Amino acid sequence: MTDDLRELYQEVILDHSKRPRNFHGMPEATSSAVGHNPLCGDRVTVFVRVDGDVVRDVSFEGAGCSISTASASMMTDALKGKTTAEARALFERFHELVTADPSKSATPAAELGKLAVFAGVHEFPMRVKCASLAWHTVRAALEGGGRASTE
Amino acid sequence: MNRASAATYDVESVRREFPVLRETVHGRPLVYLDSAASAQKPQAVIDAERYVYEHAYANIHRGVHHLSMVATEAYEKARETVQRFLGAADRREIVLLRGTTEAINLVAQSYGRKHVGVGDEILITALEHHSNIVPWQMLREEKSATLRVVPIDDDGVVDMAAFDRLLSSRTRIVSVAHVSNALGTVNPVRRMTELAHAAGAVVVVDGAQAAPHLAVDVRAIGCDFYAFSGHKLYGPSGIGALYGKAALLDAMPPWQGGGDMISSVSFEKTTWNDLPYKFEAGTPNIAGGIALGAAIEWVEGIGKDAIEAHEADLLRCGTEVLQSIPGLRIVGTAREKAGVLSFVLEGIHPHDVGTILDYEGIAVRTGHHCAQPVMTRFGIPATTRASLACFNTRGELDTLARGLRKVQEMFK
Repeated sequence: MTDDLRELYQEVILDHSKRPRNFHGMPEATSSAVGHNPLCGDRVTVFVRVDGDVVRDVSFEGAGCSISTASASMMTDALKGKTTAEARALFERFHELVTADPSKSATPAAELGKLAVFAGVHEFPMRVKCASLAWHTVRAALEGGGRASTE
Repeated sequence: MNRASAATYDVESVRREFPVLRETVHGRPLVYLDSAASAQKPQAVIDAERYVYEHAYANIHRGVHHLSMVATEAYEKARETVQRFLGAADRREIVLLRGTTEAINLVAQSYGRKHVGVGDEILITALEHHSNIVPWQMLREEKSATLRVVPIDDDGVVDMAAFDRLLSSRTRIVSVAHVSNALGTVNPVRRMTELAHAAGAVVVVDGAQAAPHLAVDVRAIGCDFYAFSGHKLYGPSGIGALYGKAALLDAMPPWQGGGDMISSVSFEKTTWNDLPYKFEAGTPNIAGGIALGAAIEWVEGIGKDAIEAHEADLLRCGTEVLQSIPGLRIVGTAREKAGVLSFVLEGIHPHDVGTILDYEGIAVRTGHHCAQPVMTRFGIPATTRASLACFNTRGELDTLARGLRKVQEMFK
């Protein structure tokens, strides 16, 4: 396997795709949103429970490729306990990570913690939408719910 | 369609005519299995387009100067080549357009708007490409008409009893794919046409996937309209054709207005040009049209029957090779099938399959193939599709199988 592929399909990504965390509905959610990637037909529903300014719980349901599933799974872990402002900031950093050349990126990968494993995605422009679908969706949920699209 | 014709087919000499097949991708020889999305081009087509721009280009149907006459003659010769290719009776029945999508939209917007009214019905099947669904939905919305859909079975075969049942005295248009792009199913378009005509409907056949694989004879089918695209037939993108029976085309209003589609214009009254020019507003893809003619001549030079036999052999071998992979399920198992191997791997999303295969040099399509209702019918979000062309080999299908085993290894 080539280095690019190994970089994309890191063990932690494969693990989250096979055993996604927080992969369930949430009856007590304060908001939710449905995300859709029209390119591949992937759909994800993200649920959030916000208490005051704090994201107390996040979960997701849906079907997608390993990159989108792992991204959603790791996102839910990353956002729990964050303030909504911190969540939005993390969205921006994540988006920069998967779209930008890391050598030119202003955000050190370290600030993203475990999410830095998605750095390999930028080598695969066709897969950026896979990695960012859940993030677009959670942003829509935090803004009051509804629909999100990668288009 | 026999073993002998497949055995005598010289695929290596066919391959030498495609410059792109000398490319490597990620260090591996290119294995191009995405011709159902768009086919690669042989040197003859590349040369034909280049020749036009170097020696024979000017606007057509306009100038009295030399180059305009040369270009016009070449463009009109291509129209006659398309006419022969489809078995049409009259060159006036061949409208050169951007492709299948534009052709179906033309029929919907011109014939459809004139003949479909409130409560009238349009009949399609569950295996259609979005381009044979959405234009009819737009017409339905505008006319408060009804769109009916004939179901398909678990093999991806259209339910002909339901087809017959869903035809009614209100059915104005029946529009069906000749070959399904997502499943490979070959529809019995001749029988469908007979039934539709008996019900008083006109028949549109979407031939985008059929033209590269099957011999097409619009008069044998009996359909009223037949559409195909050049780019899937080893020709350029942005050019294709609509066949329509002359009597129908004659009675249809123009769709787009502009230059070349008129015979005279004044501010009080404009009269339309003759067929087929009435439907060809504006300067077309001139070099593309001429190169489409070259593509058809190239295909005819190899032999449509020889290509069909070779691809049938590949489809049979490919089916066997794929079925030997544990956890792989072929989607679309019609007995009458052409050109397409669509499948899912248990527990692995097609996007991941596509990315990993790409690193083996293998180009496949992954996703819903612009046929989301087909995916819904089979309860899957997407498939991986390997599609076949005249230049593919059995060895490439073995390479695909090896690539798929690597994918499984990675996700086990």
